[in-house]
Amino acid sequence: MTSDVPLWEVFVRARRGLAHTHAGSLHAPDADMALRHARDLYTRRQEGVSIWVVPATEITASSPDEKDSFFDPAADKIYRHPTFYELPEGVAHL
Amino acid sequence: MPGVAGAERLLGEVEEAEAALREAAERELDGEASFDAVIAADQKIEPRDAMPDAYRAGLIRQIAQHAHSEIIGMQPEGNWISRAPSLRRKAILLAKVQDEAGHGLYLYAAAETLGVSRQELDTALLTGKQKYSSIFNYPTLSWADMGAIGWLVDGAAIVNQVPLCRCSYGPYARAMIRVCKEESFHQRQGYQSLYVLAQGTPAQRAMAQDAVDRWWYPSLAMFGPPDADSTHSAQSMAWKVKRFSNDELRQRFVDMCVPQAEILGLTLPDPDLTWNEQRGHYDYTAPDFEELMRVVKGDGPCNRQRMAHRNRAHEEGAWVREAAAAYAEKNRKAVA
Repeated sequence: MTSDVPLWEVFVRARRGLAHTHAGSLHAPDADMALRHARDLYTRRQEGVSIWVVPATEITASSPDEKDSFFDPAADKIYRHPTFYELPEGVAHL
Repeated sequence: MPGVAGAERLLGEVEEAEAALREAAERELDGEASFDAVIAADQKIEPRDAMPDAYRAGLIRQIAQHAHSEIIGMQPEGNWISRAPSLRRKAILLAKVQDEAGHGLYLYAAAETLGVSRQELDTALLTGKQKYSSIFNYPTLSWADMGAIGWLVDGAAIVNQVPLCRCSYGPYARAMIRVCKEESFHQRQGYQSLYVLAQGTPAQRAMAQDAVDRWWYPSLAMFGPPDADSTHSAQSMAWKVKRFSNDELRQRFVDMCVPQAEILGLTLPDPDLTWNEQRGHYDYTAPDFEELMRVVKGDGPCNRQRMAHRNRAHEEGAWVREAAAAYAEKNRKAVA
């Protein structure tokens, strides 16, 4: 009976100025119900000022198996960080 | 009202667990992030990581049992919502029972990340294939039971659950941090409610004492069988799912409760409860573990009633789920 009820991922913005953060997930038949359930489930104590609900099936995730080939190329590019560059004595505002 | 020092300390531990989680997440792992390396480094295993089958199965069993307990746990207190002595107490009780539904749902969601479906979990509860905490098979006979449950049952639950905030499985640890923060309100409202009764008329005071007399030993039994007989403990400790043994946690709970009972002016029903200078702990009478096993197996005072009620609620709610599904389907077709 409950097998067909879609899974939704819930993202909550805690306060103005902060990004929406993943709070958890829930089952609901449609987006309106998902939003209402998310309100009751994740913001009973004023934890948020805005909620996103996203069908879990619409999220494409990177795979932990491909983690190395996916993220390692960034590891040897230390020249992307400002600390890579040595500056002459006395240079300010840089 | 005097403060509940134990609860404040436990809440501090929840915050420390949350900080430790963040701190561990920042640390670089040396070499391969294998299951054993992540566990050894006190980092978290996440849903799509490789993990031993027994780790997965054990967690599903434990988280599901925990979730079922929250869902069944709504019944003993739900019993008093319509008879709360004031609107204020009624609002508090409603909020608490609603939290329990919420805790059940956070935990079901955490279990589902391990590959079990909500339907399987629902079915396992409704058919009795998976268990819930034996404590909810005891009846709530008077209003004072609402206080005693908050103080003792939720108190024992917090002592059990705070170390789970450091559990090695990420989704469970995060759910537990959330649960424990909310659970602290449950314990305090119970203690405060009991304190008011204990300061009241002789009849109210007697009612409070009677509730404590009935809930003390079942609460001690919530920590499970003694260490020597606990089947899941050793592996669970090695995998950092569990952090303390059943008897360690039970002792911690007793040590917290004794001074709290003194402030209430109520007596814990154990004539052998004495401070042991040498151990630095209170000696106490162990709960009746044979009774615990009987209740777990289905022969407690309310097992049948709790299961029948849960099944009835599920069946009687079927039309709501069907209507919501039909409405969603209609709208989906209208868009297509």
